[in-house]
Amino acid sequence: MEEFCTGLCSILAETGADPGLALFLSLLVGVLLVSGVPLITVILLIWIERKVAARIQDRIGPNRVGPVGLLQTIADMIKLLSKEDITPTAADRVLYNAAPLVSFASVVLLWAVIPFTPFHYGVDLEIGALYFVAIASFGTLAIMAAGWASNNKYALLGAFRVVALLVSYEVPLVFALLAPVLLAGSMSLVDIVNAQNGMWFVVLSPLAFVIFYISSQAETGRAPFDLIEAESELVAGFNIEYSGMKFGMFFAAEFLHVFTNGIIMAILFFGGWMGPLYYESPLIAFAWLGAKGGLIYFTTLWLRNTVPRLRIDQIMAFNWKFLVPLSIANLIVVSFVLKVMQELQLAPRDILSAGFGDLLPTTIILLLFNGAMILYLLGILRKRGREARRESQETRPEFAQTATVAGH
Amino acid sequence: MNVLNEWAFVGLFAVLAPVFPALPIVIAWLFRPRKPNVLKSSTYECGVETIGDTWVQFRVQYYIYGLIFLVFDVEMVFLFPWAVAYNEMSLFGFVAGFLFIFLLTDALFYAWKKNALDWK
Amino acid sequence: MELNAISIGFVVFAIFTLGGALGVVTTRNLFQGTIWLMVSLFGVAGYFVLLSAPFLAAVQILVYIGAIAILITFAVMLTRSIARIKERYIRTLPSFIVSLALFLILLLGVAIPIFGAHSPESIPDYVASTRDLGAALVDENGYVVPFLLASVLLTAAMIGAIFIARDENA
Repeated sequence: MEEFCTGLCSILAETGADPGLALFLSLLVGVLLVSGVPLITVILLIWIERKVAARIQDRIGPNRVGPVGLLQTIADMIKLLSKEDITPTAADRVLYNAAPLVSFASVVLLWAVIPFTPFHYGVDLEIGALYFVAIASFGTLAIMAAGWASNNKYALLGAFRVVALLVSYEVPLVFALLAPVLLAGSMSLVDIVNAQNGMWFVVLSPLAFVIFYISSQAETGRAPFDLIEAESELVAGFNIEYSGMKFGMFFAAEFLHVFTNGIIMAILFFGGWMGPLYYESPLIAFAWLGAKGGLIYFTTLWLRNTVPRLRIDQIMAFNWKFLVPLSIANLIVVSFVLKVMQELQLAPRDILSAGFGDLLPTTIILLLFNGAMILYLLGILRKRGREARRESQETRPEFAQTATVAGH
Repeated sequence: MNVLNEWAFVGLFAVLAPVFPALPIVIAWLFRPRKPNVLKSSTYECGVETIGDTWVQFRVQYYIYGLIFLVFDVEMVFLFPWAVAYNEMSLFGFVAGFLFIFLLTDALFYAWKKNALDWK
Repeated sequence: MELNAISIGFVVFAIFTLGGALGVVTTRNLFQGTIWLMVSLFGVAGYFVLLSAPFLAAVQILVYIGAIAILITFAVMLTRSIARIKERYIRTLPSFIVSLALFLILLLGVAIPIFGAHSPESIPDYVASTRDLGAALVDENGYVVPFLLASVLLTAAMIGAIFIARDENA
């Protein structure tokens, strides 16, 4: 997009337009092109989400409006447009109306730095990875504002739980994000993808990917971390008072956020646009990114529709007592192995030009370390599970039978 | 395209990003019915009337999580430049980074031992 | 002054910073005050971008808006029924004089180079990148001691905060 903007800018400047205006117009066209991708995708995502959920639950899902129900989202949008929009009298009007806008905008803004192909992206910021984390904090803010502005006890309680959840899981998320940044030696997302020319980072640091995956599932408020909805206890959580299109915006933001995280994971760990023949055409590169991101997105939907919801104390304990120490340990292991290998001249210092062979020794050592860590963790988890099962049998003898059955 | 133009792009994006969700809301504002009444605009609480102030006192645990998060947030900010420059460092770079992380992990374990991480 | 992207940006961010600050001191509602504070801090992040320090801008948003402001809202919610403050702080004249004095000192500091002059020509051609910052942080001759001291400080802050905030009976 850079070349495109500069090119368009020079074309406009040649026609005699003011250079500032030419730049502005070319930037505007660039913004509209880049933001068009998420805006078009989101309409499709709602359909995919419902269809996948339905199939997992052994239903058919939307199939009436349009071919295989593809136009269902359009119908829903028309319905939402004609719905009355209630603002409670007790609400803080300005914040109440601003919250859904900020929520959706914070997700769309992430797409400014996403590299679609080697040459097509909004911007290649020097601090791309950090931008991703910083912009996500606006989403947290929107939820907090929505919960507070609704002036409803359920909404406020829901918002507080969600915000506590979001900030807690941001810690392992960022520690996991540091692994690709460290390996690539750059925060620019384009550089991170280029650095995976030799080896995808998911191979170099599988644990970082797992931690990132779990944390981003929590960041989007999906099961098993879906306190964000918690229909059974908080009615609907922070968006209880919202109706009509504003309610729709919160949901569209959530759907888009899940998919965006899939794309980000594809970029950080699965080599983004890399794949056979990606250099032949930008379309092939774009298709690779979409396929990888889509696959990760599908697994998050799968997970969402399979696992039950956790309690907030369990979620917090899992984060602070398991995920955070693990993500710190993982970062130390990755940095230690990389530095030792570099000192022994077995790993390249410039990963951007490193090939598969250059990275092979590091990969093997890192995989061995990761394997050892995973085995150790599985041991801990199995022990904790056994303890929890025994505890529940002692305190609730009436469930002993079921627990034993479930245990086998 | 220089650095500031990149940020002009981000800035323009930031200006336009809230417009996209605002458009459907404004369109809905044109079409939607408007029949508010007192009951409809009252606070929703499953049919019963809401009692007292919404701004009830929250548990202190939220604040403790917030504090721990803040400390880790600042730590992560220091680690980003460290990670970016990591490939150019000697073994000393690892030792410095390790000590930095290790000290803060101590604080996490202190919180753990003092049961500050438990939801109560 | 010529009208370019930087000057437009400066004016916009000045409006954000000053408007937000004005909102913080004028609103009676603590939560709204927090939101205004975030607006103001966002404006400061914009200055960092204009000064070619995007890393600091991201840090500003990540730490101040993402963490400190959230912490403040948690703190606001901990205090009971304080969302609407009834009493008004009425000592207008002393506060006006103090803030005016502070403003004048700052203005003098900028206009008369008390703290050391910086002419526009002294701006370096090369703007240090985040990589240089990271390298300086762990350089033996650079900032490795402050870097580790920051870690000690953070650790102390966290232990102290937990020590104070923790409920002894729980």
